[in-house]
Amino acid sequence: MSKAKEFGPPLNPRGRRLDAEDLEKIPHIRAKAPAKYAWAAGTAISRFLEELKNGRIIGRKCARCHRVLVPPRMFCERCFQPTTEWVYLPGTGVVETFSVSYIDTNANRIKEPILVGTVAFDGAPPHCGIMHYFGEVSPEELKIGMPVEPVWKPKEERVGSVLDIKYFRPRKK
Amino acid sequence: MRDVVVLGIGSTAFTSQTPEVNWKELIYDAAVKAYTDAQIDPRRDVDSFVTCAEDFWEGFSIFDEFTPDQLGAALRPMMTVTGDGLHGLANAYMQIKSGIANIVVVEAHSKISELLTYEHVTELAFDPIYERPLSAEREVHPYYVAGLEMNLYLHATGTTEEQCAFVAVHNRRQALMNPLAPYGARIGLQEIFNSGYAFTPLKRWEIASRADGCIVFVLAAAEIARRLTKKPLVYIEGIGWSSESPWIAARSADAGYVRRAAQIAYRHAGITDPRRQIDVIEVEDRFAFKELQHLEALGLARPGEAGWLAQSGALGRDGELKVNLSGGSLGCGDLIEASGLQRALEIVLQLRGEAGARQVPNARVGVAQSWRGVPHGTGAVAVFARRD
Amino acid sequence: MNLNKIRKDVAVVGAGMTIFARRLQETGKEMSWEAAKMALDEAGLTLKDIDAVIVGSAPDAFDGVHKKGEWLLDGAGGTNKPYMRVFTGGGTAVFAPIAGWWHVASGMFQRVLVVCEEKMSSVQPHAQSAFAHIWDPILDRPLKPNLVWIFAMEMQRYMYKYNVRYEDIALVAVKNKRNAVGHPCAQLADPNITLEDVINSEPMALPVRRLDISPPSDGASAIVLVSEDVAYEHTDTPVWIDGVGWCIDTTMWTNRDLAFPKFVAKAAKMAYEMAGIKNPRKEIDFAEPYDPFDYKELQHLEGLLLAEPGEAAIMTREGKTQRDGEFPVCPSGGLLGVGNPIAAALGIKIGEVYWQLARKAGPRQVKKDVRTGVAQAWGDLMQFSSVVVMRRR
Repeated sequence: MSKAKEFGPPLNPRGRRLDAEDLEKIPHIRAKAPAKYAWAAGTAISRFLEELKNGRIIGRKCARCHRVLVPPRMFCERCFQPTTEWVYLPGTGVVETFSVSYIDTNANRIKEPILVGTVAFDGAPPHCGIMHYFGEVSPEELKIGMPVEPVWKPKEERVGSVLDIKYFRPRKK
Repeated sequence: MRDVVVLGIGSTAFTSQTPEVNWKELIYDAAVKAYTDAQIDPRRDVDSFVTCAEDFWEGFSIFDEFTPDQLGAALRPMMTVTGDGLHGLANAYMQIKSGIANIVVVEAHSKISELLTYEHVTELAFDPIYERPLSAEREVHPYYVAGLEMNLYLHATGTTEEQCAFVAVHNRRQALMNPLAPYGARIGLQEIFNSGYAFTPLKRWEIASRADGCIVFVLAAAEIARRLTKKPLVYIEGIGWSSESPWIAARSADAGYVRRAAQIAYRHAGITDPRRQIDVIEVEDRFAFKELQHLEALGLARPGEAGWLAQSGALGRDGELKVNLSGGSLGCGDLIEASGLQRALEIVLQLRGEAGARQVPNARVGVAQSWRGVPHGTGAVAVFARRD
Repeated sequence: MNLNKIRKDVAVVGAGMTIFARRLQETGKEMSWEAAKMALDEAGLTLKDIDAVIVGSAPDAFDGVHKKGEWLLDGAGGTNKPYMRVFTGGGTAVFAPIAGWWHVASGMFQRVLVVCEEKMSSVQPHAQSAFAHIWDPILDRPLKPNLVWIFAMEMQRYMYKYNVRYEDIALVAVKNKRNAVGHPCAQLADPNITLEDVINSEPMALPVRRLDISPPSDGASAIVLVSEDVAYEHTDTPVWIDGVGWCIDTTMWTNRDLAFPKFVAKAAKMAYEMAGIKNPRKEIDFAEPYDPFDYKELQHLEGLLLAEPGEAAIMTREGKTQRDGEFPVCPSGGLLGVGNPIAAALGIKIGEVYWQLARKAGPRQVKKDVRTGVAQAWGDLMQFSSVVVMRRR
């Protein structure tokens, strides 16, 4: 299998290509990796989730750089100092970036696209926000810089998760 | 020819669970202590950061993503090594020696209490085709491999089960003097034997329980450290690491990986007569027999001799060989990839004279050794010393 | 940092790669062995001559093997040697060689082998499933994200901030897939691909389309690094590693402006300072930036300070980054053309820069005479980068 004249190094690379169907024909073993975890949310995120259940967004302020950090954390990574106070945010913000996705989490194609992106919260410094869905807006209308507001699940359905917000929609004037 | 010193150390306590904090907060805790000890600002003074972690222990793919903020490493050179804390120190050591960095931070932690399927994940490290099916099919706990190794070791060296049990007795007693250790206990040989076999000939109480915790080291080039602090400096005189064949069936009876790692470390440190030149020793003992095997591989005892030393009380604070004064894994808990760094922590405390009730007088040279656990034959050895 | 008190100079004297394919029959150990053997052969060495082995491989979840580094060690030649695995996500392709570099530069070892391996085909039903766990479990995972979303969001922000046209981005995919025709390991070479093919390929997560992405691959690569003390025993043309740099940004990616990769610039500055480079655009002759998506090549060129923000697209449109252009970029064919087995991309980044500088790249050899090249990789949650500057002296 000498292609030395046609290609430069790496010369004569080895490897046996397989097609998807070949996988069933060659000897193979299937196994599931049974890995289960229960991560402590920690002080900051526990409070964040609690407040989501109450229909509110909360951040932590760093006294040195004056940023309001959302998602909140107990220390500021820029100043390497403990953050000092809890700050409620209005929950409104602007679209920082977005994508119109035609694939789901398992790489399957979907017909109705998912609108996802990051929201930069009002009251927090530029770019501080979270990832979430966008709704009540068409893919063509969605733009970076568009003001948005959260649409919450009804109180009885909120459990203390980022999904307590259904999506963000264009802010009604 | 740069020399590398330990500029600062910090550690959380070791406990069986840490539900109030997430891993970031745990690491932050230890880091703040280490930076205070070193009197540095990580945002200004540190050139490079190293974390020791494995994805499947943590439950994340690419754990490296989740490490910078809590060490002060955001927008800084930072890396993850999938190895023990001593492997982390080795990389930091080489970075300083190569001149690419003057001050390097090394972090290793365990939050193993959050892994709900520890046995299954341990087994996930076995070869999926040749080794895993043996235990997976009958749901056998993977630590049977430790039982196999212990059997091999006893057979090869003539060490007795009783001699191994002495290690568990001593180390848990030593741990009573370590405020960081959760598993200190006054137990006797009878309790060890009564605990029954877990994986013959290994007994239940010869196996370390797991624990959470975090240790952070700050290493520096000696000439830089001398400008920053008046405290006596602990030098890393040599560090070595080695891996045997990964196949369980090829595992050596004499911890060859420690012997090879020690060869490198001793050569750089000028250790030719370990028993005479080394004052304090911290070795991996998460299965009691491993302490004996590792001591022999370190050249601190002849093959088969370590068991006699254990039996006669020669290992430990009152004995000839000051071994695992911290309590080892049996006393401090199995800290998984942080184990080696915990051993190094004890050595540094001893050499600084900060070991409190555990202090060995005039400790000038110490050795810390690690092993990555079942089913591997991988370990590292580091030699520390005072030069003043 | 004392970047100029380096103890030993380090040279690349051999490299090797397996072919890259969607799925290979070889196991991870076997692929590691093939690549390592090729690199040793080119260097004229055997495993006995190697003092230490460094391995790079991305998520263990791909193989379903915990502590994957330990498992691969015999295939990578690490048995009974000092063996180290480093892991910085996608950045490993260029970072593992950096770790290899300090093994030698520190004076501890004279000859080391760096092996990078990836087997993405083992995970079922698709490599995507393993990527589910790169996200924060509380903040991101409940939204059931797909990995492509990150790239799509970053690409969107990049295009918005610097007015970059999609058509110019797509030209990168065309260039690289055509460049890959000269590479014996290529998975995705296509001499006939056109701009229309890319622009009309099916939408994945807009603005990303199918041909903007490099799909999962299996493969392995290796290089041999030696100390200046022994380099000339092995070759007349050692290629020197003159600069290394790496940098990681905060975990909180939703708190960053994704348009410009500051951490790439910091890593590049670190490497350039070590290499004594003051004007990268003038002093560097060609580049192999990490190109898992076409827009990444452009963004990384700008992060590497080889183009002003927004300028890389214009350079591409004007043909400057072609193999026969004034600043060749990804002459190997890159990840878009050869394939993307994450860490194993070592062969088309560091490996390619080495072969180009040693004038051994055959039909891929760039037209201009090159003395200085830069290789770069990128990884984790859009936050890590490694940069290496190599020179022929």
